[in-house]
Amino acid sequence: MMTDWEIVIGLEIHAQLATKSKIFSGSPTAYGAPPNTQASLVDLAYPGTLPVLNTEAVRMAVKFGLSIGAAVARRSVFARKNYFYPDLPKGYQISQYELPVVKQGKITVMLDDGTSKTIGVTRAHLEEDAGKSLHEGLNNASGIDLNRAGTPLLEIVSEPDMRSAKEAVAYMKKIHTLVRYLEICDGNMQEGSFRCDANVSVRPRGREKFGTRAEIKNLNSFRFVEKAIHYEVARQTELLESGGTVVQETRLYDSDKDETRSMRSKEEANDYRYFPDPDLLPVEIDEPFIDAVRATLPELPDEKAARFAREFGLSPYDAGVLSASRELGAYFEAISAACGAAHAKLAANWVMGELSSALNRDNLEIEDSRVSPLQLSGLLTRIIDETISGKIAKEVFEAMWSSAKSADAIIEAKGLKQITDSGFIEGVIDAVIAANPKQLADYRAGKDKLFGFFVGQAMKATQGKANPAQLNDLLKKKLGA
Amino acid sequence: MLHTLSIGELGEKLKSAQISSVELTRHFLARIERLNPALNALITLTAEQALEAAAAADARRAAGEDGPLLGIPLIHKDIFCTDGVRTSCGSRMLDNFIAPYDATVVTRLKAAGAVMLGKANMDEFAMGSSNETSYYGPVRNPWDTTKVPGGSSGGSAAATAARLAPFATGTDTGGSIRQPAALTGVTGIKPTYGRVSRFGMIAFASSLDQAGVFARSAADAAIVLRAMAGFDPRDSTSVDAPVPDYSAALGGPLTGLKIGLLREFFEGLEARNSALIHEALKIYRGLGAQTVEVSLPHLPLSVPTYYVVAPAECSSNLSRFDGVRFGYRCEQPKDLLDLYTRSRGEGFGAEVKRRIMTGTYVLSAGYFDAYYLKAQKVRRLITDDFRAAFGQADLLIGPTTPTPAFAIGAKINDPVTMYLNDIYTIGANLAGLPGVSLPCGYVDELPMGLQLIGPHFSEGKLLNAAHRFQQATDWHAHAPRGYE
Repeated sequence: MMTDWEIVIGLEIHAQLATKSKIFSGSPTAYGAPPNTQASLVDLAYPGTLPVLNTEAVRMAVKFGLSIGAAVARRSVFARKNYFYPDLPKGYQISQYELPVVKQGKITVMLDDGTSKTIGVTRAHLEEDAGKSLHEGLNNASGIDLNRAGTPLLEIVSEPDMRSAKEAVAYMKKIHTLVRYLEICDGNMQEGSFRCDANVSVRPRGREKFGTRAEIKNLNSFRFVEKAIHYEVARQTELLESGGTVVQETRLYDSDKDETRSMRSKEEANDYRYFPDPDLLPVEIDEPFIDAVRATLPELPDEKAARFAREFGLSPYDAGVLSASRELGAYFEAISAACGAAHAKLAANWVMGELSSALNRDNLEIEDSRVSPLQLSGLLTRIIDETISGKIAKEVFEAMWSSAKSADAIIEAKGLKQITDSGFIEGVIDAVIAANPKQLADYRAGKDKLFGFFVGQAMKATQGKANPAQLNDLLKKKLGA
Repeated sequence: MLHTLSIGELGEKLKSAQISSVELTRHFLARIERLNPALNALITLTAEQALEAAAAADARRAAGEDGPLLGIPLIHKDIFCTDGVRTSCGSRMLDNFIAPYDATVVTRLKAAGAVMLGKANMDEFAMGSSNETSYYGPVRNPWDTTKVPGGSSGGSAAATAARLAPFATGTDTGGSIRQPAALTGVTGIKPTYGRVSRFGMIAFASSLDQAGVFARSAADAAIVLRAMAGFDPRDSTSVDAPVPDYSAALGGPLTGLKIGLLREFFEGLEARNSALIHEALKIYRGLGAQTVEVSLPHLPLSVPTYYVVAPAECSSNLSRFDGVRFGYRCEQPKDLLDLYTRSRGEGFGAEVKRRIMTGTYVLSAGYFDAYYLKAQKVRRLITDDFRAAFGQADLLIGPTTPTPAFAIGAKINDPVTMYLNDIYTIGANLAGLPGVSLPCGYVDELPMGLQLIGPHFSEGKLLNAAHRFQQATDWHAHAPRGYE
């Protein structure tokens, strides 16, 4: 009998905090500078240098904690994680270990089947990033770029609450949305500003004890997270079903080969010898500080989605999509306001439909959209007042995308104005009926489907400009006569 | 003779243009050249820069500036980073290290116009109590060159005692200022943890390290400490509290001052040493102070506690010396592991390796609770003991060391005996308290130190108590033979 395996996933997400300077030095954090041009003596761990905490990083961590209803620790402690590696200049990473700044939060994610699930966030702690080792083009030598060393990270650790790759991706996306809402992380996954480690294990369904897990390191896209988990689950179940055992180890996902590979096992793992960093005082956070941070919290994604559903009568799905980023939400709200709340569904459909596909096609973010909210609301207004049909509107939208002109200008220039003159439409219908006697006979004999044929012919005759509702009504009358 | 004058007297001569800083600097440079070969107190002499700095100080004075340290020479312990000058920390690991910046202590003394003559020898990475662990060889005690000067700031102490400079900087992690001050017959103060910035001071044990001063009197130390101390935003553990004018408070009455005799310090203390302390107490009573006996019940645990905490921190602090970015790198490393093991194996000396291994061990999984955590708990108990003692006494008094300077080579192969030498000084470091050692007589013709320990930020009170003692005695004015 085949075992029914249950998948158990926990994620450790590393979000690079959008501070201007590093967490323990004054060096800038900008991405892409020539190697080692953003590394000060502190970042290089020169003898005698000392870390000084950037309180902006603490503020951002607290902001995150408040946004997931977590406990903000009144006292948290930086510890040293000791290990040797050339991209770790001090020989230890400053991180929070026993006393993190954020503990016990919750994230609710919406799944594709419309259900929702709450996932526990065990903790979120501050730490510094390491540098990068470079191996290419250096003639067999290795280079070290310490620009990234000391960049502030918020490591967000989930409970092992996820039961499928889809849930894991939904959770990661939700955190991604949240950190961007909070403006504490730019979310740029290609530059490594947002990445995660996935702890994956399987167990026979119904068993309480977790299986042995593997940790897949450094996944920097949603797709890779999904694929890596799929691969890993298949690997573990095959291993177990063939009588083997899963080894607790760190694995690396190779996206080219779509597989995970062992990096190091627990036996070879470092003993990190954590202890409180004596160079830094404990981080004391008081109520006024928390209150001041709370006052800076924006409307959060869940709040915005609920409001969209309530104010605009949108489905939970639509409300969720439109609140996925602050910019998208603002765009949608701008056109809804211009067109009137009664037409919010139309606005939602356009934003999620034509606009989203155009953005995807050109690989643009909503803030870089070629069609402004003003332009799009101008277009929707013409649908609403029946100057043009929805179909013609798509043509106008394409023209707007490449010309930056207003909808009215395009409608005028292309002569796309909808025909609402009943007499004219009737004339067109008469001509169509007259030209298709056989279809007319068949229709009247009961072939209802032919109604569409007549609609198509009449539309064609008006270059699509006939008001569809009017055309339908008149056609029904004439065909029935 | 210029080298017999106090900082205050030298300041007067500079101010009244009887001498220039360049002349003063030349005088001390000449003394160093003549006397240092027998002592090995300096690792690096910076004669050229010193004369430039002296000329600059003279120019500042000519432009109307004044200040108690303007134009006064000094020697920095080679643990302080000095821009453009080798900063070796007494180690082969940093023999080739030219610091690219100044430590805050160096910056402040520069700003005050003090003139650096050179960098003082020291135990490697400040780990030692005899200055025998230095890569640059042992420092010899000017009172008897077969004897150690103490450590780790042995070069600073010997140089001050030999009048090679009016004062020197040092650092004290477990007694590294007070113990060598005692063994060389000079005055040494370790301030409250956080009083002086640690920025640019190469770390040994971050929670214990504190910079301080060697001088020939408490009055001179008061001038220097005021210039060094104060909040530094680059050191998170430095304390943002105003720095009093320590000199202005000197000479105040001791009437009613309660001096606590540390019972545990006198248990098993050699009679001659004990007698010196009791002589000192008589003087204090004569100055109007009262004496009370106090107890620090957990003090006997201070040595084992220290030798867990300090190695733990050092094992991590010294990880940055990996042969990658600065310092010693082994020849032709085969691979990364070889680079690490040989660079560190060849770059560090035996005592440093011993402490790195001890520290790594006490922090290891499975041993952390039994050693590091327990040591932290005992540290808290010792701190509480001191707090309770300060409920009964204003200052605590005892010997600085159990014995006078011992022979070079006598203890170096017996680390535990060597470590026990710190028994009276370590407590103040564990509790972050200020302490001062001042000369109080001789045992076997070698100087002995009297130690005063005060509550946090009581440097002014300590320096005044030391100053009043020095007004009543002249132990501090004695120079070793040949260095008068």
